[in-house]
Amino acid sequence: MEWRDHGILLSLRRHGESSAIIDVFTEEHGRHAGVVRGGTSRKQAPVLQPGAQLDVTWRARLEDHLGHYQAEPLRSRAAAALSGRLALAGLNAVTGLLSFCLPEREPHGNLYTRSEQLLDLLDQEELWPLAYLRWELALLEDMGFGLDLSACAVTGVTRGLIYVSPKSGRAVSAKGAGDWADRLLPLPPVLLGQGAATDAEIAQGLQTTGFFLEARLAPSLGRHPLPEVRGRFVDAFTRRL
Amino acid sequence: MIRNSTDEIEVLIALMAKLPGLGPRSARRAVLHLIRKRALLLTPLADSMSEVALSARECLNCGNVGTSEICDICTDDRRANGELCVVEDVGDLWAMERAGVFKGRYHVLGGTLSALDAIGPEELRIPRLVDRVTAEAISEVILALNATIDGQTTAHYIADQLQDQVKLTTLAQGVPIGGELDYLDDGTITAAMRARKEI
Repeated sequence: MEWRDHGILLSLRRHGESSAIIDVFTEEHGRHAGVVRGGTSRKQAPVLQPGAQLDVTWRARLEDHLGHYQAEPLRSRAAAALSGRLALAGLNAVTGLLSFCLPEREPHGNLYTRSEQLLDLLDQEELWPLAYLRWELALLEDMGFGLDLSACAVTGVTRGLIYVSPKSGRAVSAKGAGDWADRLLPLPPVLLGQGAATDAEIAQGLQTTGFFLEARLAPSLGRHPLPEVRGRFVDAFTRRL
Repeated sequence: MIRNSTDEIEVLIALMAKLPGLGPRSARRAVLHLIRKRALLLTPLADSMSEVALSARECLNCGNVGTSEICDICTDDRRANGELCVVEDVGDLWAMERAGVFKGRYHVLGGTLSALDAIGPEELRIPRLVDRVTAEAISEVILALNATIDGQTTAHYIADQLQDQVKLTTLAQGVPIGGELDYLDDGTITAAMRARKEI
């Protein structure tokens, strides 16, 4: 068995004295692990940092074997991540959530493209939080928990949508919410792709996506709670409000 | 399997083979060398290992390895200069001591935060670090953690815990001594460019 692909390094753990087992989110083969010989050596360690864009060749005798990777760096994102607190927390949140959510060896081409684009914005602190929020929406969509924000779930209207139902993930208008308003999640304009996308709106959006990640996606995977890294990113972001 | 040695020697070879840098063949060579140099190496080594096995312990204050409850660095009053250097493990502390450039005290975390391995602040010595900053009247905490994603995530976490309590600094990142630009990864070059200084 042999294939070549490119992907995002999600995590690395030591294996023996100098090798490493890396987990890579590849475009065509999904999240796929493999051993890198000498992966913790001085030469390879700077390359094999989470978030790195790699060109990988995977080889194994049988398909269900762990197999070995040969990894070549395409882009390092470590310097961009290490340049600021928010970028570092953001990178950790993305790699942590992908490791947590993605099943092994199942391609998610759309999510891969979104993840690569998001990580390439890492050093642009002004754009990053909005891009991250949109990425979380794409993650929920890809995992089967996408939000339907096109029309009010109660009245069917397409304007004046200000809530999200925690049960159905559908938008709700002020009129449709009625007495249930205090039990609904906020739907800031930024989630609808409207408005100025202020930090306060993005924080509200993260509150809503966080609910669905925590209460819907995580239990469906049988793993609970969400990785702490997501909470740390949201903390780092809300601190600047 | 043909065996050329007794059970005790086989046990010694098997144990030696578990050491970093040694495999079964190199462990066999090392044991053979020790046996040939019995008086010069094997007996003193066995005595020394036996003593260390009885006396080695972690310093209750900083996490360094020593032979008493509080290590030599922590009991040395000359090192109470208000500077505290936070390192990931004892190997890093020894590396800093080899350089001889730091004259303050240390705090060994015992690892870094890792979501993958479920290592949180409580698994490290971060609460103890926060206590020490107050108790020992620390004026500067130097975060000498590895320039890796995990290392710097831990550094930021500690910085959050100690914010407004003490001066916080971190090691510079850039071109290593003897490093040639052509052989450096692009992340290191980027970090070095960002941290460039006037000459």
